[in-house]
Amino acid sequence: MTNASVLEMNLAGGHLSAPAATQEARETILSVSGLWKVFGASEKEFNQANGTQLSDEEFAAHGWTAAVKDATFDVKQGEIFVIMGLSGSGKSTLIRSLTRLNTPTAGLLEIDGQDITHATPDKLLELRRKSLGMVFQNFALLPNRTVESNISFPLEIQGISKEDYSARAQELVDLVGLRGREDHYPAELSGGQQQRVGIARSLATNPKIWVLDEPFSALDPLIRNDLQDEVLRLQATLHKTVIFITHDLDEAMKIADRIAIMENGRIVQIGRPEELISAPADDYVKRFVSKVPLAKVTRVKHIMSSASTQDLPGPSVSANDTIAEIGPLIIDAGTDIPVTEDGKIVGVLAKERAIRVLAGARD
Amino acid sequence: MIKAMRFAMHTPWLVFVLLVLVLFAISSNSVSLFGTNLRSIPEFMILPLSDWAGNALNWFAREASIGSLTVQTITRNFAELVNWPITALNMLLADGIVTGAGFNKHQLMPPLSWLGLSSALVLYSYFLGGRRLAWLSAIGTAYLVFFGLWQHAMTTLASVIMCVIVAAGLGLFIGIASYRAEKVEIASRVVMNVMQTVPIFSYLVPTLLLFGYGPSAALLATVLYALPPMVHATVLALKSVPTEIREYGEIAGSTKRQLLWKVELPAALPMLTVGLNQVVMMSLNMVIIASMIGAGGLGYDVLRALRRLDIGGGLEAGMGIVVLAVILDRITQAAARRQSAGLNHEVRSPRPWLYLLIIFGATGASFLLPALQFWPEKMMLSTAPFWNESISFINQHFFDQMEALRNFSLLHIMNPFRDFLVELPFVLVLLTLGGIAYVLSGIRLAAIVMGMTAFIAVSGFWEAAMISVYLTACSVVIAVLIGFPFGVYIASSPRLLKPASLLLDTLQTLPTFIYLLPAVMLFRNGDFSALIAIACYAIAPAIRYTIHGLRSVPESRIEAAIMAGCTPTQVFRHVKIPSAYPTLLLGLNQTIMMALSMLVIAALVGTRDLGQEVYIALTRAETGNGIIAGLGIAAIALISDSLLKAWAAKKQHQLGVKP
Repeated sequence: MTNASVLEMNLAGGHLSAPAATQEARETILSVSGLWKVFGASEKEFNQANGTQLSDEEFAAHGWTAAVKDATFDVKQGEIFVIMGLSGSGKSTLIRSLTRLNTPTAGLLEIDGQDITHATPDKLLELRRKSLGMVFQNFALLPNRTVESNISFPLEIQGISKEDYSARAQELVDLVGLRGREDHYPAELSGGQQQRVGIARSLATNPKIWVLDEPFSALDPLIRNDLQDEVLRLQATLHKTVIFITHDLDEAMKIADRIAIMENGRIVQIGRPEELISAPADDYVKRFVSKVPLAKVTRVKHIMSSASTQDLPGPSVSANDTIAEIGPLIIDAGTDIPVTEDGKIVGVLAKERAIRVLAGARD
Repeated sequence: MIKAMRFAMHTPWLVFVLLVLVLFAISSNSVSLFGTNLRSIPEFMILPLSDWAGNALNWFAREASIGSLTVQTITRNFAELVNWPITALNMLLADGIVTGAGFNKHQLMPPLSWLGLSSALVLYSYFLGGRRLAWLSAIGTAYLVFFGLWQHAMTTLASVIMCVIVAAGLGLFIGIASYRAEKVEIASRVVMNVMQTVPIFSYLVPTLLLFGYGPSAALLATVLYALPPMVHATVLALKSVPTEIREYGEIAGSTKRQLLWKVELPAALPMLTVGLNQVVMMSLNMVIIASMIGAGGLGYDVLRALRRLDIGGGLEAGMGIVVLAVILDRITQAAARRQSAGLNHEVRSPRPWLYLLIIFGATGASFLLPALQFWPEKMMLSTAPFWNESISFINQHFFDQMEALRNFSLLHIMNPFRDFLVELPFVLVLLTLGGIAYVLSGIRLAAIVMGMTAFIAVSGFWEAAMISVYLTACSVVIAVLIGFPFGVYIASSPRLLKPASLLLDTLQTLPTFIYLLPAVMLFRNGDFSALIAIACYAIAPAIRYTIHGLRSVPESRIEAAIMAGCTPTQVFRHVKIPSAYPTLLLGLNQTIMMALSMLVIAALVGTRDLGQEVYIALTRAETGNGIIAGLGIAAIALISDSLLKAWAAKKQHQLGVKP
């Protein structure tokens, strides 16, 4: 038995995390199965060439480029699903297939149980106006419109009355903290402020699915951190279904409920952040996650054991805290630390176990 | 092995040089092939293209009919229709509403007052470009008023405004269609490329035939001339809208129409404004030429002065056009800059009613104070006598020196070079050009280039074409000899950059005709004056591209060279020049294009080239000759353009730069 799988057993055998359990019960909003995007090939050519079986060399011989290969996954209501990969791994193409900015070459794409792969232009328009909101890497604000007018644009083009869309724009200006700058033009704003407009705008129609395409890659690290918190804050109240693209593993780990790692057009692994670290599917993922401190993604609930006594001395920790967060506390604590959830003691964290995680031992 | 490879790299050139030598030997020995010698073009090969073109157009205009109406009836009625808005605008700006003529002339309504219009212009300039632009507008309009040019300037402005509206609208329409459908784009690009290289005069003859003499014919010819840059700018502007913005438009749920009008066009506005600026400048450039087929205004003043050799009067009216051009150029440029630098919420345009109040207030006051309508003649200034005096002064005192320069150049450089080109065997030129094209790009370009060369040959304008090449080549050499070092100097001294670019901008705003005036004043009619005028006109791109090419060499590359121990000269030779090479080539290309476009204008001072053929055709209304000789110039332009662009592309490819 390898070390990694021991940890995996611990994780699985210890306590099933509560969110994961409810996720099973939630409905699937977006479902992707066997999705291919091959540039240069039409659907017909792809099928005739039996494209799903071709190797990279064979694609090249046809003059085709397979940007997304056989992508299959489901995203559930309220989940933050992160697609992560380096540049050229196909994540941007995948997201453009999901939003139908490009047309997938093969495969099935369903939103709310409806087939989107072959949607008519009218249906697509309807879908985009009602169900999709997207944030772009380089903000993509309309340069000739003020902040307020940028935010209300998606409503304006739907023919909503000026009173209604102005009122909604005002709400959103407050939501993203841009009060006082409603009448500024994009060129007068900093990058972080521009992306706040981008975020507000993407929420204007109150979409069910919120797509963020590397939204913070063009920003400074500090601003990036602020906006990541902002997204988490918004998500805590809005409960959107979020698809988030990034090439930054730290960002993925911080934000994701689940992460899909892409390499060379293929999704090589899908899993919760700690799963990727404890049980990487292949060497690529292993190399990728090797630098991530285990303590940052391991939560108390993953390594605690059931409570044997109800009255342990010393301060307690919360089941949802990461080990990194409670680090200083561990040093002063006794050998067993009480774990609470909703004010009740639900388990015990062994000090030695926690220190091993802090030290990065992957046993 | 390596030697063999090096040899192989050079083989195409070697083979090619050998071929040229062999051909030269054959043709100079008058070896006959198929019963003709290769030196001159055999009679049977020259086709009566001009007659065909002339007959076709005549037939089209006079005989062809749609229903019971001939095309000419339709087009002449169309011209009448177009005349309406021009006349209306002209009444508003220049003449007022007038009944009767001569002594019975009675003014019912005055035109808009110069005071109102110029105040509104100054206010708008201030809003767009601050105090400097406001001063420029104020001084410019003051010149027009005090020198008595206002009324004619307004006639010119009226026609320019009409042209700009029509050309910009049509150009936008074609540009959008090209952007949306690739096939339309290819077709429009080919047509626009030819339209841009065919000299302006060639448009005039068919326009005259179809639309008759008058302002509307002038308008249509100008629109044709000013259209290509707008189409080009529209396509380019739409294509350069960031993909993300377009994608956002789609995700937001825009319909196709909303995507175009609410997302893409607004985002493309800065570049569209640059296109608009070009249209304005092209229309102004056409002002004098358009006056040959019936446009009035300042253009006609210059033309009349040129015909009477009244240099001073011509210069003054010409300066009026320049003033108009500079003001309109700076205003449209400021508008473009404002768009691209990003909008600012604090800067709001003054309300429209304010402008209307100023304009109509002053016009109302002009009922009481006629001086606000037309500046009294007694108080007008004129510098014409001064200019005429100075010219005679220069000619009296420096005649010998200038004449010596002129004669030396003509006798020892220009004429021998011309004779050499004219004597070149046709086959040799054909194969040489084809060979160069083949080596630079491939068989396709070779075929195109040889096809166009053959077209010139069979059109019967071979000799005129070679004289055009000679005039262009001489002027380009002068332009480059002066422009390149100048550009190098400016590129190396950042303090000079701004004033230099201002100077170059101004040079390019001057209507082409203006360049002829001083040349003729000093050197009389003939090739030498033409040469000077063409070189002056073509020098701007030579300087501009040199600066641009040298300035855009990556700083890190220069620093690396300095750290490697290069002297400034070595940096220049081994780093800057090779890096800037493609840009320099494109600059050379642009210089040649400018020179060729000036060729026809230069015909006015008595050259013997294709430009002259076009000009003669215009004065005699020989439609066919005008078109074919014009196409001949276009062919020369296209040959040189495609060869130089292929060369630049090859260099860019070698350097790994994207064009």
